[in-house]
Amino acid sequence: MAIKISSSEITPEHVYLSRRKFMIGIGALATSAAVLSACGNQVGSTASSANSNEAAPEDIKVSTNTDELGDELTSFSAVTSYNNFYEFTTSKEGVAGMAEGFSTSPWEVEVGGLVNNPKTFSIDDLRTKFDQEERIYRLRCVEGWSMVIPWMGFSLSEILEEVEPTSQAKYVRFETLYDPDRLPGQSSRWYDWPYVEGLRLDEAMNPLATMATGLYGKHLLPQNGAPFRLVVPWKYGFKSIKSIVKIELVDTMPVSLWMDAAPNEYGFYANVNPEVPHPRWSQATERRIGEFGRRDTLPFNGYGEEVAYLYDGMDLRENF
Amino acid sequence: MAKRKSKNSWTPLQIITHLGALFPLAWLAWDFWQGQTALLINPFQEATLRTGEAAIILLMLSLACTPINILFGFKQVLPLRKPLGNYAFMYAAIHFAIFIVDNGLVSNSLDLWAVYEATFEKRFALVGFAAFVILLALALTSNQWSMRTLRKNWKRLHRFVYAAGIFAVIHFVWLVKSDIREPLIYGALLTLMLALRIPAVRKWVVNTRQNLTQGRQATANSSS
Repeated sequence: MAIKISSSEITPEHVYLSRRKFMIGIGALATSAAVLSACGNQVGSTASSANSNEAAPEDIKVSTNTDELGDELTSFSAVTSYNNFYEFTTSKEGVAGMAEGFSTSPWEVEVGGLVNNPKTFSIDDLRTKFDQEERIYRLRCVEGWSMVIPWMGFSLSEILEEVEPTSQAKYVRFETLYDPDRLPGQSSRWYDWPYVEGLRLDEAMNPLATMATGLYGKHLLPQNGAPFRLVVPWKYGFKSIKSIVKIELVDTMPVSLWMDAAPNEYGFYANVNPEVPHPRWSQATERRIGEFGRRDTLPFNGYGEEVAYLYDGMDLRENF
Repeated sequence: MAKRKSKNSWTPLQIITHLGALFPLAWLAWDFWQGQTALLINPFQEATLRTGEAAIILLMLSLACTPINILFGFKQVLPLRKPLGNYAFMYAAIHFAIFIVDNGLVSNSLDLWAVYEATFEKRFALVGFAAFVILLALALTSNQWSMRTLRKNWKRLHRFVYAAGIFAVIHFVWLVKSDIREPLIYGALLTLMLALRIPAVRKWVVNTRQNLTQGRQATANSSS
């Protein structure tokens, strides 16, 4: 049985406004200059600033400087140098260095499980078969910081429609590449590798659930989950699994790596919710990277209008 | 005169202690000046982690002095307990000050309720705060006048440093996400150091050490 898109899943206007069809070259160079200046370098940069790796490359492209709420984009340098990606290292500023040279081609993504039409996509298929849009979304880390990132990608529902989930399929399960030689953090026995994440099928069909192949108009860099990752903007960042090799339709709720590591702290839903504190800290506020003070955290990270219906009648304290 | 006197009384070990204890602060300032990535992007989180780590390491070193003397009879480390403990307090104070600004500055105004909630409603923060209060009390009474005034009570009060050490380790254990190896190393060291202070253990260790050195001296004497 193929999935039909219901009218409630059609993109509301204000979300559409932050999802522009990306047209290479048009208007992009003009704005990239503004973005470059926003990536301001540190005080007292040294004489070797010519080969400084903190400046944004000149080929970054973005159509606007804010999200639909008027919040400024996080600088390219911050997005690509401050990452939680334990497969490389648990040090956020160390990921970019460790990930340098991580090879993402060839790369295949197997989509199967409870589907009528299982398929394996190469990364080139994923970049060309599906229309790549610029989607500016807020990313709220469960640790209490956030960014605004101009992703490139398409709705997860587009892939799911191609493989046609059967009527037994209830959840989507995602898996990151398992290769401890290339992902040295996977030698750590503290976590049950590979990284696994999941969505309920109706969550996965929501148009905001995005498969990203790039950011700032470039292919994803390894530290950001190259070459292919999930972006679920209304959930805490750890749901947005990186470097995906497998997408499986299943009938039982997948157990994610974090649910396995700390079940009392990380649940399956992980919706951004200022009312439900993490056991060890409040989630009421967050620090937007680049800002000095904190700001209030928005329910569903500000995407309530688009996604709150998915949780009608559910106790979100229970289902954290 | 007084200056020369204090200068003369500083052993190389004390100088190293002061320089070493100030190093994390100097390093933090240097990295901030240099725009080190984590400090540039999320300065509060990074500075909190670094000052917290310096505080716990210095507190452990302060607690290590007595066991080192018990194990090796190395008395020179005993005067280091006070400066190491005071530096631990200094880093804990900076750590807590950053925590207050980090949690209290919401939407460009200082929200004291947010500070209260952040400090008292989460067990990891509460136990850290308890360690800080103890270190504050000990730092305030780490002078000759307090020793004279408090007499026996001074020693009783300063025994709370063990509690501060235990609280600091628990604070660290409760803070980390899943990989608790680093805090457990501190926990194991602390357990070992506290065990050495149990009178029976201490007596046994000191006796064994003295027997060993006497034995060595005896063999040295007989062979000469």
